Amino acid sequence: MSTAVLPRENYLNTDYGLRSWFLTTDHKRICILYLLTITLFFAIGGAFATVMRLDLATPAADLVSDETYNKMFTMHGIIMVFFFLVPSIPATLGNFLIPMMVGAKDVAFPKLNLASWYIFTAGGCFTLWALISGGVDSGWTFYTPFSTLSSNTNVTLAALGIFIAGFSSILTGLNFMVTIHRMRAPGLTWFRMPLFLWSMYAASLIFVLGTPVIAITLLLVAAERVLHLGIFDPARGGDPVLFQHLFWFYSHPAVYIMVVPGMGVVSEIVAAFSRKRIFGYTFVAFSSLAIAILGFLVWGHHLFVAGISVYSALVFSLLSYFVAIPSAIKVFNWTATLYKGSISFATPMLYAFGFIWMFTIGGLTGLFLAALGIDIHVTDTYFVIAHFHYIMVGGAIMAYLGGLHYWWPKMTGRLYPEGWGKLGFITVFLGFNLTFFPQFILGYMGMPRRYHAYPPEFQTLNVLSSAGASILAIGYLIPLVYLLWSLKYGPIAGPNPWGAKGLEWTTSSPPPKHNFETTPIVTEPAYNYSELEETAVV
Amino acid sequence: MSEIATSEAAHPAHLQHHFDSLQEQSQVASLGMWVFLVTEILFFGGMFTSYLVYRSTYPDAFAIASKHTVILIGAVNTAVLITSSLTMALAVFASSEGNRKSTVNFLTATWVLGFTFLVLKGIEYTIDFHEHLVPGAGFQMAGTNPGHAELFFSLYFIMTGIHALHMIIGLSVLLVILYMARRGDFSPEYHSPVEVMGLYWHFVDIIWIFLFPLLYLIDRHR
Repeated sequence: MSTAVLPRENYLNTDYGLRSWFLTTDHKRICILYLLTITLFFAIGGAFATVMRLDLATPAADLVSDETYNKMFTMHGIIMVFFFLVPSIPATLGNFLIPMMVGAKDVAFPKLNLASWYIFTAGGCFTLWALISGGVDSGWTFYTPFSTLSSNTNVTLAALGIFIAGFSSILTGLNFMVTIHRMRAPGLTWFRMPLFLWSMYAASLIFVLGTPVIAITLLLVAAERVLHLGIFDPARGGDPVLFQHLFWFYSHPAVYIMVVPGMGVVSEIVAAFSRKRIFGYTFVAFSSLAIAILGFLVWGHHLFVAGISVYSALVFSLLSYFVAIPSAIKVFNWTATLYKGSISFATPMLYAFGFIWMFTIGGLTGLFLAALGIDIHVTDTYFVIAHFHYIMVGGAIMAYLGGLHYWWPKMTGRLYPEGWGKLGFITVFLGFNLTFFPQFILGYMGMPRRYHAYPPEFQTLNVLSSAGASILAIGYLIPLVYLLWSLKYGPIAGPNPWGAKGLEWTTSSPPPKHNFETTPIVTEPAYNYSELEETAVV
Repeated sequence: MSEIATSEAAHPAHLQHHFDSLQEQSQVASLGMWVFLVTEILFFGGMFTSYLVYRSTYPDAFAIASKHTVILIGAVNTAVLITSSLTMALAVFASSEGNRKSTVNFLTATWVLGFTFLVLKGIEYTIDFHEHLVPGAGFQMAGTNPGHAELFFSLYFIMTGIHALHMIIGLSVLLVILYMARRGDFSPEYHSPVEVMGLYWHFVDIIWIFLFPLLYLIDRHR
């Protein structure tokens, strides 16, 4: 491939200057804007986690005060959930790939797409302002009445920041849904779509249906603080548990916003690197929708100890179990796709394997938490922390990194260094498991979350976890360095370095401004690898 | 659907670069607004849910509190908004017929009716204020638990306030649409901005159709 050259004209060099970036309506450039923004937020959220893990290396509270520690875990949660995980795959890979995968020149509403980024950034600035001017200590869950009556930190500002950023999610989801409905190229029927599109469609559904509910909920919290209303104040007849219902009506489905796009990425990678059509394509496609829909019916499992009735707890528990069905369909079908496949272990594939492994652990421990008896034992312990980090970090971030590596040649025109890629994956994988597996045991032994000091018998496991966290931090720095390096020194990738199927690989890398020379016409199902002649250049 | 056929010369003035035809563009715009309205339903849904929960928890306090709302203004405003929906629908029809003068007239009528609604709502809020119905230190209500009655008025002000905010946004956008209509932008081929504006307007109207009975009418006879 050394003789290849970059295409003379592409979306990166059509024009230069800040104006051409900050006023762009090109979905590919907007992807780059998001990529830079969320990487910044990831670093900030990671810094808070670093302080927490350092503090927890010893049982005594010797690094930060309890107030500071409360602010650390709150800001870690807010930044990571609302400003990194929720936008991660949709706003970057989704923005870049959805128009390319449907064979369109852009998303349905390009100006709205740019507006989404500005709204997101404005919300982020609001939240950062809340953080710099004193921080927030309510936990990312903003539980009332603490957040409305007791906390004297910047809850209002942070809530408004999330409220603003929510509009970005809504508009992004709206844009994607309309794009997938209306902008598909001739011949691209629903059941010829790549599974990434199905999963992005499902995630967009949650964006559109869930985000407005958290928006109004946080607006009520802010209004209650500013205007001294009593909507969640038990002393005046208000109901704090109502807040929990409204909050989790969004925030549980939000978990699926984080992980379902990741499942789409994994489907693409697994098919490309085992050179086979995804086993049970239709089932995998519908399981994304099933997860999105079921996700709206299980919020009550966050309230098992909040005094909800036994019968509703029973129903929520049962419905939570149902989520396991579409999730398991996906895991089994990815595994079945590998069978008799011609598998290559490139970095994206390693991340996909990482995802399947950690998602399985995270998902199965989710069933523990859906069981009423066990949930009461481990509520608000590190078991819960470990469980959702396996889904969000082990699952969503693994898929995000895998997808970033897989489509990096398409986005930049250059390949990342494969050896460093594998080293980065191994570091992330080991660091992650060392950080969070001990937390399952800690939680089961009874260590509560959100405390900055603990009894000495928990120290060994906590030291292991902190050590893992530092390995994980290095693991995230490695790709950051070599991906930046590859922008200038990486080998030229060519249009289709993986020999993969999909419309995005039929155009040059980086793609031209309008993606395709002529509107493509689709004549075959997705992942039609059986007809592939040449092997991948890996 | 082929893009090769779309040369620069044949490109209609209002067609954006990433669409093949005005028809496709208009379908996309409508679908976008429908999806947005679904979002809006969920947004108001959070408030309606809270309201229904508290209404069923404190039925007596809410019944007594709701009698303090100014039903005359509420009823007149309902009529005003329904009429504005009629004029909006007529404006959409006129623009699809390419009738510029009627489009402008009906859009103007819609704007005036919408503005009337806001003025009346403002008068109503002033009356509420003078009767000490605004939640906070000045809130007074005899004959029931004041905390629970205050809850009713908290929700009343939030729900009608956010509805009014939607009216203000609607009126602002309507001004732009009116300007475009006067300039003669719309034709039977291209009038999707009027149509999309109409969808939004009817939605805001429907929200009020639910707010009026919930806040003013239930248990009023008791």
